[in-house]
Amino acid sequence: MSISLKNRSLISINDYTPEEICHILDIAEDFEKTRLQNLLNGRVIASLFFEPSTRTRLSFETAIQLLGGNVIGFSSTAGTSVQKGESLRDTITMVASYADLIVMRNPIDGSARFASEVSKVPIINAGDGSNQHPTQCLLDLYSIRKTQGTLENLEITMVGDLKYGRTVHSLVQAMCHFNAKFNFVSPNELKMPTTVIQHIKDAGLEYHEYTDLEEVIPHSDIIYMTRVQRERFPDPLEYEKVKNAYILRNYMLEPAKENCRILHPLPRVNEINEDVDPNPKAYYFQQAQNGLYVREALIAAILGLK
Amino acid sequence: MEKRKELIVSAIENGTVIDHIPANKVFEVIKILGLDNCDCPVYFGTNLESKKYGAKGIIKISNKFFKSEEINKIALVAPTASLIEIKEFEVVNKHIVEIPDRIEGIVKCFNPKCVTNVEKVMTKFTVKKNEFGKIQLRCHYCEKFTTEENMEFL
Repeated sequence: MSISLKNRSLISINDYTPEEICHILDIAEDFEKTRLQNLLNGRVIASLFFEPSTRTRLSFETAIQLLGGNVIGFSSTAGTSVQKGESLRDTITMVASYADLIVMRNPIDGSARFASEVSKVPIINAGDGSNQHPTQCLLDLYSIRKTQGTLENLEITMVGDLKYGRTVHSLVQAMCHFNAKFNFVSPNELKMPTTVIQHIKDAGLEYHEYTDLEEVIPHSDIIYMTRVQRERFPDPLEYEKVKNAYILRNYMLEPAKENCRILHPLPRVNEINEDVDPNPKAYYFQQAQNGLYVREALIAAILGLK
Repeated sequence: MEKRKELIVSAIENGTVIDHIPANKVFEVIKILGLDNCDCPVYFGTNLESKKYGAKGIIKISNKFFKSEEINKIALVAPTASLIEIKEFEVVNKHIVEIPDRIEGIVKCFNPKCVTNVEKVMTKFTVKKNEFGKIQLRCHYCEKFTTEENMEFL
């Protein structure tokens, strides 16, 4: 049966089935080979960034341009009607009458789901507060599949801020479809929430929690590093206690498996030492580049062009 | 001497009896149903003896019958409660409240950053139970959980 994602918004990674996720990754592979494809033929995509973003906004807007589309929108709310007090409902309703598709980032949790219920055109969630960032998850999956040759039966180690990091929460949910084994390495204050652990239990999969990173390196296929975000801590002292808890250094990767790759959603601060960068196992910059192909694929699929 | 039996809470001719409310939830049920502001006669008792639950509460409301969404509100704080409809002093309908799978517009989302607390959006939740059997409401929008302890009724 052929898979169609035409007019399907992507708000949360759970909105798509494993088959639909793999379909997007297949299309992305095609775009990696031929990234310039004039499919949009002048269609208009709205890029509404209610808060600043570097990688996500630039890669979406590059993807649209490479596909031959036009971008309208804003990169912050300064000077827009939002600053005059316009509701999200009104902004989305208005923009939906101009554009064929809306890409939206908004600091309010759940704003993307709400926008998809208001809009007559599909919405791609480019991050809604601390909730979901499904295109990051898709590019993580693309990077894992590309480096490992499969998504099935892998051992995934996640390190750092597992409590507040939305990318690791989505990735756990997605990898539960593919019989993954999980290792979680974090300080006690930043452990993976029980609500996310529940997904693993429901899927009948294995997970282990560690406080020592070096212990898990030799048996990991993927090491997914995350940044401890200062803004998540109401008490600066609490942040100081954990900010340097896990720093990956090049010598630590000596016992790693040949196929092991280091991923990071970026930006990094100091959690991956720069001496790791030349190591062939370091994959985080290619990972960010993969975001371009995945976003091209998603836009083309949702507009029914692939 | 013959033991005299009497009703601790008066019988009603027409209306609804909410029985088997957890003793510590009676005032919450009164508030949730807006009975503190209703014109009809309301009788209640709490810390009454119950063979099944040890202590229970009961509320009798004259001349009032409830819609299903109002009953759902009760189920969230008093899942053991039973509703009895009375007409001319006779029981005409009796059922145990059930916790619904989904609820809309009854409870506030606990997450202050949720879109339902910022825009004019009706709350929607999926009702789940955690591993200790406690009710948790998963917000349809922000996907965060509101626990029993944090529930605030709209």
